[in-house]
Amino acid sequence: MKKRIYSVLVENRSGVLGKVAGLFARRCFNIDSLAVGETDDRTVSCMTIVSSGDERTIEQIEKQLNKKLDVIKVKTFAERQCITRELMLIKIKYNKNNRREIMELCEIMKAQIVDMSKHFMMIQICDEPEKIKLMINMLQTISIVEVARTGTLALCKCSENDESR
Amino acid sequence: MIGADAMIKCLEAEGVTTVFGYPGVAICPFYNSILESRIRTILVRTEQNAAHAASGVSRVTGKPGVCAVTSGPGATNVITGIATAFADSIPLICITGQVNSELLGSDVFQEADITGAVESFVKYSYLVKDVNDIPRVFKEAFHIANTGRKGPVLIDVPIDVQNALISKFKYPEEVSLRTYKPTVKGHAVQIRKVAAQLEKAKRPLICAGGGVLLSEAQEELRRFAETHGVPVVSTMMGIGVMPTDHPLYYGMVGNNGKPYANRAMNESDMLIMVGARVADRAVNQPDLITKDKVLVHIDVDPAEIGKNAGPTIPLVGDAKCIFEDFAREEFTCSCKEWISTLDDYRHKLAKKRIPDPAYVDPAEFITRLTDHMEETGVYVADVGQNQIWSCGYAKVKKGKFLTTGGMGTMGYSIPAAMGVKTAVPERQVVAVCGDGSFQMSMMELATMCQHDIPVKIVVLKNNFLGMVRQFQHFTYKDHYSVVDLSGSPDLEKLSQAYGIPFLRLTDMEKCDETIEAFLREDASMLLECVIDPMDLV
Repeated sequence: MKKRIYSVLVENRSGVLGKVAGLFARRCFNIDSLAVGETDDRTVSCMTIVSSGDERTIEQIEKQLNKKLDVIKVKTFAERQCITRELMLIKIKYNKNNRREIMELCEIMKAQIVDMSKHFMMIQICDEPEKIKLMINMLQTISIVEVARTGTLALCKCSENDESR
Repeated sequence: MIGADAMIKCLEAEGVTTVFGYPGVAICPFYNSILESRIRTILVRTEQNAAHAASGVSRVTGKPGVCAVTSGPGATNVITGIATAFADSIPLICITGQVNSELLGSDVFQEADITGAVESFVKYSYLVKDVNDIPRVFKEAFHIANTGRKGPVLIDVPIDVQNALISKFKYPEEVSLRTYKPTVKGHAVQIRKVAAQLEKAKRPLICAGGGVLLSEAQEELRRFAETHGVPVVSTMMGIGVMPTDHPLYYGMVGNNGKPYANRAMNESDMLIMVGARVADRAVNQPDLITKDKVLVHIDVDPAEIGKNAGPTIPLVGDAKCIFEDFAREEFTCSCKEWISTLDDYRHKLAKKRIPDPAYVDPAEFITRLTDHMEETGVYVADVGQNQIWSCGYAKVKKGKFLTTGGMGTMGYSIPAAMGVKTAVPERQVVAVCGDGSFQMSMMELATMCQHDIPVKIVVLKNNFLGMVRQFQHFTYKDHYSVVDLSGSPDLEKLSQAYGIPFLRLTDMEKCDETIEAFLREDASMLLECVIDPMDLV
């Protein structure tokens, strides 16, 4: 099983997300992570899909995506070829005994405390998916209340071959 | 002008002459406007058959057939027909009425999310929310359906959109779709590679699928085969790419194919698969066609290449265009020895049947039926044992052989044959089905009578769902379950009820004269052939 990242430019229309997600379900392709957002062009959305499978599956995913009439362009790359980021908001319960420890952890992990109440705080972290997992592991010993993650975003690393649009 | 008028204008602009369908309130504006047009309307007796009939039109005209049904159950009933067309890559335009767009999503009477429901069976679908989009949507739909890998396109139009005033009607001359540009021309380097490989090959073989017929490349393929002396086999959907008695044609491959065709596949050292999906029915073990041979896979759909078998030389493009390019390549191919081996196999491996003389032998009957049919006749085979016998024994001359090989939808033959007959009334059209598949579409006898569509129907009657019975015979040791068709109507009385002439053949004695009587006039007729219930394909 190989991990593969697909950066899929699609028409920004209603129903497109369903069609793409349906394609993965119907053909038994995995979706490990999915993130969608508008691009600089309002008519175009970018879907970042992380999937995994054998060689043939990885090729089929790209070809089947290209067949969809709402798909404008499919770019695919291995993890090392791109910069990946994920944003997480995580709410935890704290007390005065562990507050210091949490603040230190945030400093080490380059996370920020973005909201607080007497017993709860919300932490924001934006990093590679691996770091996000690590942060969750670290906070699990404390007391996690809620977690929200964006899913992986990825763009191919900069190269002189990049063309401007 | 309202949206419904615009829809009709679009169909006229596309040269549509017939619409098959079933009305309901949600499609009534469309059916009201169509009265002002010269487009013929045909009322089928269930929506599924509207799609099958449209499929029949497509397959003989090369242009998408059109069906129009109402919302909710009308739309959901048509899904099987759409899925059938999708599996066989048949271009189709399916128009569905929809409830008022303001009410969408509120589960009102006869509302069904049809664009959602058919998503995995259509090439594309539209839900038209603005009446001014109608011309563009129709133009795109016809273009999408009939280019690249062909397939059905669904257009869902809410009733208020059909009734809304359209500010200006102009049918676009061109489509501009940034996401859709199918590859037609094959890559020159790949084409040269194939030619170079053919020069080296000792046992080359072409396996032609339905894609060859869809791109109308029969002539080009035949000329290529004849020029270089390359033998040809076909998949079920490819039957008819070569006349059955062509010396270079060795029949259908696959589980139910000719043993010598399969032998040819296995022993070839270079296999050119063209317009075929390499699916399980034609190629049981995809790894076998890549083992010790060069596999060339030609398909207009890049996703088909490498899906089931990894080819040595992939070649994306339209079959007709590619064979035209092959014709310009200079190379010599010498495989005389291979041809004589195959002729030997054809002789030795021909299946010998031992029919019971108390019944009609379907194999012999079908051979004789097609012998008697006009050269340009269209033979529509249904699904079941009858399909396998038809594939094995029907002789295609200059006409066509149609069946659903991909989806295998029972009841396909009668509505599809109706579609064919409306599109090419000058041609002889015969539907051959079993008594199971006949009963799935027998309501269409009324459509044939009402609209004067003289289709000829053969029912191979064995009082069983024969294909399943055969499967239960082998797999469950004759432990038959739910395959007995007792309770079926007397077909003679049924024909009488519809006013359709009836013939019965109970054994082979009067076979030829019965077939002659059956085919003599251009009129509907039903011929019942009583076959051995225990016969196996």
